[in-house]
Amino acid sequence: MGSSFTPIAPRPAPVNTEGLLPWIRRNLFGNLPSAVVTVLLVALALWLLPQLVSWAVLKAVVAPNFDLCQAARGSGACWGVITEKHRLIIFGRYPFDQQWRPEIATLALVALLMASCVRACWKPWLVALWVAVLALFFALMRGGVLGLAPVETDRWGGLPLTIMLATLSIVGAFPLAVVVALGRRSKMPAIKTICVVYVELIRGVPLISVLFMASFMFPLFMPPGTSIDVLIRVLVGITLFAAAYMAEIVRGGLQAIPKGQQEAADTLGLSYWQAQRKIILPQALALVVPGIMNNFIAIFKDTSLVTIVSLYELTGAMGLALNSDSDWRPFKIEAYLFIAAIYFAFCFSMSRYSLWIEKRLSFSKNR
Amino acid sequence: MTEPIITFDKVNKWYGNNFHVLRDIDLSVARGERIVICGPSGSGKSTLIRCINRLEEHQQGTLKVDGVELTDDVKAIEQIRKNVGMVFQQFNLFPHLTVLENLTLAPMWVGKLPKKDAEEKAMLQLKRVRIAEQAGKYPLQLSGGQQQRVAIARALCLTPKIMLFDEPTSALDPEMIKEVLDVMIELAAGGITMLCVTHEMGFAKAVADRVIFMDQGQIIEQNAPHAFFDNPQSERTKDFLSKILGH
Repeated sequence: MGSSFTPIAPRPAPVNTEGLLPWIRRNLFGNLPSAVVTVLLVALALWLLPQLVSWAVLKAVVAPNFDLCQAARGSGACWGVITEKHRLIIFGRYPFDQQWRPEIATLALVALLMASCVRACWKPWLVALWVAVLALFFALMRGGVLGLAPVETDRWGGLPLTIMLATLSIVGAFPLAVVVALGRRSKMPAIKTICVVYVELIRGVPLISVLFMASFMFPLFMPPGTSIDVLIRVLVGITLFAAAYMAEIVRGGLQAIPKGQQEAADTLGLSYWQAQRKIILPQALALVVPGIMNNFIAIFKDTSLVTIVSLYELTGAMGLALNSDSDWRPFKIEAYLFIAAIYFAFCFSMSRYSLWIEKRLSFSKNR
Repeated sequence: MTEPIITFDKVNKWYGNNFHVLRDIDLSVARGERIVICGPSGSGKSTLIRCINRLEEHQQGTLKVDGVELTDDVKAIEQIRKNVGMVFQQFNLFPHLTVLENLTLAPMWVGKLPKKDAEEKAMLQLKRVRIAEQAGKYPLQLSGGQQQRVAIARALCLTPKIMLFDEPTSALDPEMIKEVLDVMIELAAGGITMLCVTHEMGFAKAVADRVIFMDQGQIIEQNAPHAFFDNPQSERTKDFLSKILGH
């Protein structure tokens, strides 16, 4: 033959696959079963949506008027319960006239969390900022300084408590989890055993029992006269609990890193900690971002369990707000929807952030 | 005659209780010597060179590298690893770091070099393996041959006295083997001590001072390349050579 190589020029695809209409045709009416399901789902939506809109918007009562709410019961939502009780739901039993303090404290904490998500802020000063904001948070909440009236921790509640518990237990649990995961792979039998026992013990009990122990049993073992604030005990409990689960996620990531990476690090003379910090952990953690974020979200919602040891975070505060008032008690569904929306806003943001960070870290897959 | 840079004296190693992978290894390597080790798979050749920088532990006998005996002493291991570079079959580059970062990592963290100096040194090594223009890329964006050259440059950044190669071309497409071997041949000409596990017999003929044949954990035969290839002494060597050179 001996003919020379002539490249074939690229041609567009014969059928247009871009755009909305082709997409609908292909994905929603691709074949008969698919078309039937599409029609059924649209019909269901058309039947349900008007009822929902009617209940939630058209016939809803927004004014904090108990009589109007009673009248609309069954046909319209009573958002009035939120207008009436939102301060109790959001701030719990924190003294009413001092509520500007948790407001500022929580805003500062949320701003800090948002800043920590931005890559441009991953600088040494961020650590200093964390210390400063946490100090501000506790100074404002607790009082007793700068002429602020002291407020005991058992009166803290609502969203500030939820956010604070979640933030601190995540911040505490993550490094602990990394250390435990590394320890579980250690060649030193003592360290390995401690880590295995810790993980298995904690995973073997429900969070509720950990909280009970932290709250009621732990003080029995303390020397008389000494006491640690229940909030701190509970915080330590949640942190230890979350870290045990997270450690196993991190360990999964560590297992996935080829042995050659450690060998290459050894060959280059890196110490154990240098190798973990620079080579193994960056790759292992990038692999388990979805699992870790799953865990963070679970911790955020699990904070609602502290109600059983009489700390009234968001869910507990909502219960407190409505149960104490027999007039409004029937409108719990609306109140539940309200706090559900708050939980969702936080969890959904975490989930989106996780996707973003996952993309940023996918260094190895053809950027 | 100066002191040898590596000496194996009756070195034995087992994997588990029953797999006797290195059996009474006696070997001494002179400074600047270039040695090619070949043999069938499972013969212990990789294990042999991996003992030199303690990626594997030997259980009996003494092994000295550059005057330091390899024991459990971490300081001794650190000392030896500073002087021994290694190149792996699977490259083992760090995929989350750029090529340049792969090279500067150890000089900065182990050698305590300032970043700027480490980068200068790294660029010099990248030029040496003819890949300087890829410094900003990530390893997985490069071809296998390019990755292996980066791995060689990374090992050279610590200015080792000894370079170990563990089947450096076995994972490469045939087209890319030559570019890696060319770099290794240049390196050999520079006078560094080299131990290379490979089946590239052309490379052995071109650069080796000595070829070692291993089977079942033992050194069966060792000789200068022309003698080794033209006049193998043992039946086992003849058989092996006929298989790998027969096509």
